[in-house]
Amino acid sequence: MAELRALVAVKRVIDYAVKIRVKPDRTGVVTDGVKHSMNPFCEIAVEEAVRLKEKKLVKEVIAVSCGPAQCQETIRTALAMGADRGIHVEVPAAEAERLGPLQVARVLAKLAEKEKVDLLLLGKQAIDDDCNQTGQMVAGFLDWPQGTFASQVTVEGGKLKVEREIDGGLETLHLKLPAVVTADLRLNEPRYATLPNIMKAKKKKMEVIKAGDLGVDLTSKISVVSVEDPPQRTAGVKVETTEDLVAKLREIGRI
Amino acid sequence: MQATRIAPSVGWQLLRLGGGSSWPSAFLRQPRPGPARRPYASGAAQAVLEKSESLPDASTRDKQAKAESKSFAVGMFKGQLITEQVFPYPAVLNEEQTQILKELVGPVSRFFKEVNDAAKNDSLEAVEETTLQGLKELGAFGLQVPSELGGVGLCNTQYTRMVEIVGMHDLGVGITLGAHQSIGFKGILLFGTKAQKEKYLPKLASGETLAAFCLTEPSSGSDAASIRTSAVPSPCGKYYTLNGSKIWISNGGLADIFTVFAKTPITDPATGAVKEKITAFVVERNFGGVTNGPPEKKMGIKASNTAEVIFDGVRVPSENVLGEVGSGFKVAMHILNNGRFGMAAALAGTMRGIIAKAVDHAANRTQFGEKIHNFGLIQEKLARMVMLQYVTESMAYMVSANMDQGSTDFQIEAAISKIFGSEAAWNVTDECIQIMGGMGFMKEPGIERVLRDIRVFRIFEGTNDILRLFVALQGCMDKGKELSGLGSALKNPFGNAGLLLGEAGKQLRRRAGLGSGLSLSGIVHPELSRSGELVSNQGLERACIKSCWGWPSESYVPSPSFQAVQALEQFATVVEAKLIKHKKGIVNEQFVLQRLADGAIDLYAMVVVLSRASRSLSEGHPTAQHEKMLCDTWCIEAAARIRENMAALQSDPQQQELFRNFKSISQALVERGGVVTSNPLGF
Repeated sequence: MAELRALVAVKRVIDYAVKIRVKPDRTGVVTDGVKHSMNPFCEIAVEEAVRLKEKKLVKEVIAVSCGPAQCQETIRTALAMGADRGIHVEVPAAEAERLGPLQVARVLAKLAEKEKVDLLLLGKQAIDDDCNQTGQMVAGFLDWPQGTFASQVTVEGGKLKVEREIDGGLETLHLKLPAVVTADLRLNEPRYATLPNIMKAKKKKMEVIKAGDLGVDLTSKISVVSVEDPPQRTAGVKVETTEDLVAKLREIGRI
Repeated sequence: MQATRIAPSVGWQLLRLGGGSSWPSAFLRQPRPGPARRPYASGAAQAVLEKSESLPDASTRDKQAKAESKSFAVGMFKGQLITEQVFPYPAVLNEEQTQILKELVGPVSRFFKEVNDAAKNDSLEAVEETTLQGLKELGAFGLQVPSELGGVGLCNTQYTRMVEIVGMHDLGVGITLGAHQSIGFKGILLFGTKAQKEKYLPKLASGETLAAFCLTEPSSGSDAASIRTSAVPSPCGKYYTLNGSKIWISNGGLADIFTVFAKTPITDPATGAVKEKITAFVVERNFGGVTNGPPEKKMGIKASNTAEVIFDGVRVPSENVLGEVGSGFKVAMHILNNGRFGMAAALAGTMRGIIAKAVDHAANRTQFGEKIHNFGLIQEKLARMVMLQYVTESMAYMVSANMDQGSTDFQIEAAISKIFGSEAAWNVTDECIQIMGGMGFMKEPGIERVLRDIRVFRIFEGTNDILRLFVALQGCMDKGKELSGLGSALKNPFGNAGLLLGEAGKQLRRRAGLGSGLSLSGIVHPELSRSGELVSNQGLERACIKSCWGWPSESYVPSPSFQAVQALEQFATVVEAKLIKHKKGIVNEQFVLQRLADGAIDLYAMVVVLSRASRSLSEGHPTAQHEKMLCDTWCIEAAARIRENMAALQSDPQQQELFRNFKSISQALVERGGVVTSNPLGF
């Protein structure tokens, strides 16, 4: 069982604590000079992979990220958390802005095949676009079983047992390997990268490749029309009685 | 608390141990006191001056004396602009070091925001166990230990950045970490043999063992040379027997490795006379005989453990001597000097956090129908706070960069940064409470805890008072040498005409307020030095003449760099005058020395911000214009302070009366045992 190899995909996003500002030309949000870090759900995915390695269920953890040069910082964080080596799929900054789940899923599918991994771990969604699609699409491309919104992952009798958090409660699945798992919030609590590990991570291997090397076309059929602030919340209206409430609702055409 | 008996001879000690080369006999004209007349020494200042004491032969001493110091502080006492170490603002990290540092900042900040609970640590009067464990795993206990020995291997500048984070969140933890690595085992890093380093550093770096620095004793605080703990060598020479007690030792109750300073008998090989000199030892708790008292109850940094450590017949192997036998004082002072920049760094971080809280309050609190940040009183407070923070931060990073660049002559600057940072932090936090009003006084916002934590920074690691004396005297030392050189030239005027003319010329010009042609133009960014003529003294003369004739002086505001140069010249003039007047007796003129030190501090502060703002302007930083404003504002006030201080020092009769009065009033109080007068009612 210790022959399993895992690929973890991580995304560099604007830090969750930053106050987002829309660019004046409304083509996107301000990213220059803004603090970025690893997507929190990706962190949970890396943590899970490293824990599986510590339990000796996984032999090697590879961290991968698609994007501009700064993605290497994110990969290094994964290395500092315990991943063994990193792959940076380099995409120039302008093109990277148009990268969506479909393109990334194509890249990851090709990589998973090339590296012959048994397990692909991702965060369930990124906090910048909230797509919640990449993991599912990769599974589709690879025709692998998927366990999304995982809150617990164990290896049982040669299969992956995944407990999922779904709207109705918890669902437990058994997946044949190789499989795709996306991490949800309660899967684990990621460790803090320690300073000595960050120093050691510098020595770990980081491969840089291009999407073209994998034979993947990154053209997107989606273009962003405009990005705007949500409308300012207006004050509510207080009413005295339920009759008034019903009348008001009728007035504004809600019932 | 032990009263420090700083008698007139404290200054003597400060200079006597500076070695023969510092105050040439021509200038001194008096024999130095022998060992018998060695009452109360002032340790911190004294020992750092003691550099040359351990040097064995005269030729080495002379070489050291001849090597020109590149320290800006040394230069300013002589009226020179030695700019190598201060302009341009140093940037010493290469790309790799910068990248690593950026990666370290995230996890450490997160740890302090999410795991460490400063309020909890304060009420527990200890660092929470999970936090301590987390810090050890994080690698925070061995930041400057080389990575081959298990540490993170940071240089001084990188360490400064890390310490800034710690200072921003929890000074109690900061002292626990600092007492351990900044002074506790720094001696092993600086002076340890290969064997000592390999034996002790790995466990210290991982935090498995903690370290403590043991110098202070009940009767020896500032007067560190008077310690009484003794280490007697065994007849076989294999070990020393250590006896004595140390008080107020940070980490005293937690540490397993102690850097202990004790008096050892040294036999002079030539004369056979036995003298008691201080030696530094690495002492392990498991040598037996080491005990500690309960944790002291303190005003602040309560999370840090402070305890008495007692050594009772402890056998310390001879291999555990740190540095050379008898050179313990030098070891102690080097350790303290080496770690001093860390304090300014931590406090810069503290102030940054405090200012954010003050601004948050001022921006949101409405009174009299307006947010209070619209009121002038609040605006001035906030502006002053941030200038103090900017200066402290600029000093911390400059000193650490100078150290990384290999400079060995940074002791005055390090001392200045400690004095400035500790007093700035106190003022900033105090004002933050004031801005927040009643809320600031309450426990919950946590500002009062920070104020309590900060108070000790003016006291430990060399009290600010001692450090001021040190700054003034060490600075005067080189100038004194120069003047003594002049003195001998006067004996042979024909042979030394050139020297005399040059010197006399310089002195004349300075005394006439015409300056010696020093200028920072070309070194400082043009926006900080008003273009063209006003930087030179001719410009000043012309402007003065214009205003004398009643011509509008077109709002002549001297540029900050011009003010800095002017202030420097004024300062140097006064230094020279006081040295000529008092000669070696200046060591006892503490009223004068304090004011000289304040002038030196203000001057260095001006130069530091000029340098930093210049760089920001040249490099087009987004905050450059704001920094220019901070720099201009600071320099206007600092220059005015220096002018006032120096003018006061120069107006002799009044000064003398002032100082006499201080002395008499103090004596009367001591005789009376308190306030001499009763209240206006008479009972």
